[in-house]
Amino acid sequence: MKARIFFLVAALVVGGLLWGGLQSLHPFGIPNETPMDDYFITNAEGEAAANNVVTSIVFDYRGFDTLGEGAVLFTAVISVAALFRKRGHN
Amino acid sequence: MNPLSVVARTVCNLFAWFLAVFGIYVIIHGHLTPGGGFQGGAVVATFMAFLLVAHGGKKMHSWVRKEIFTLMECVGLTVFITAGLLGMSKTFFFNFLAKSGGLFGAAVPIGPNAGALNTSGTIALMNLSVGLEVVGGLSMILLYMFSGAHPEEPFGREEAGHDR
Repeated sequence: MKARIFFLVAALVVGGLLWGGLQSLHPFGIPNETPMDDYFITNAEGEAAANNVVTSIVFDYRGFDTLGEGAVLFTAVISVAALFRKRGHN
Repeated sequence: MNPLSVVARTVCNLFAWFLAVFGIYVIIHGHLTPGGGFQGGAVVATFMAFLLVAHGGKKMHSWVRKEIFTLMECVGLTVFITAGLLGMSKTFFFNFLAKSGGLFGAAVPIGPNAGALNTSGTIALMNLSVGLEVVGGLSMILLYMFSGAHPEEPFGREEAGHDR
């Protein structure tokens, strides 16, 4: 019973803190800092020569990140192959 | 695993090709429309999943080999890294093909437009290579998991004992 009251009070405190933090969020769709977004929107077509700005970010401005994703997939395939290989290979 | 009923096989035979065409479209138009290599590659990998579930491992073994998918994955990742390294004179992943006039090098029309397929330089090349890699990788995962769940099937037995 004591533990239940303790957890109820803790939930109320954490919930109140979260609610208070939510009040200071900026409204949806209106970011605080926009210079980088504006740069991509105005320059991505001319610099990366791609009509799809999202793809030009994924494969050009942040190509290193995509290389990491490809490495993650490669590692996943290797680990699945290691997990499901046949017995008898010592 | 036995093949599914003739109804399921017919439906899978029909719709697998629509999935393949749609996935290839998403990969090729990655620099023009939403989507790209990862998403389109996942859609094309469902083609393999459909055929594997509907027909079982014995039929699948007579149609494809695992080495094809290994080759696809390795070629995709190698082309991706090479396209990143070739722009090394400026930076890693520099878009050296854009607006050069050659492969994928046409000038892009600025502003809202229908889009031209021959634009965007290394972005289109990387889209194709990543799509190839994802198709190969996810198909490999499917085949390996199938052979692990059904060890009596041909896909599970092909490598047994080749180093004894």
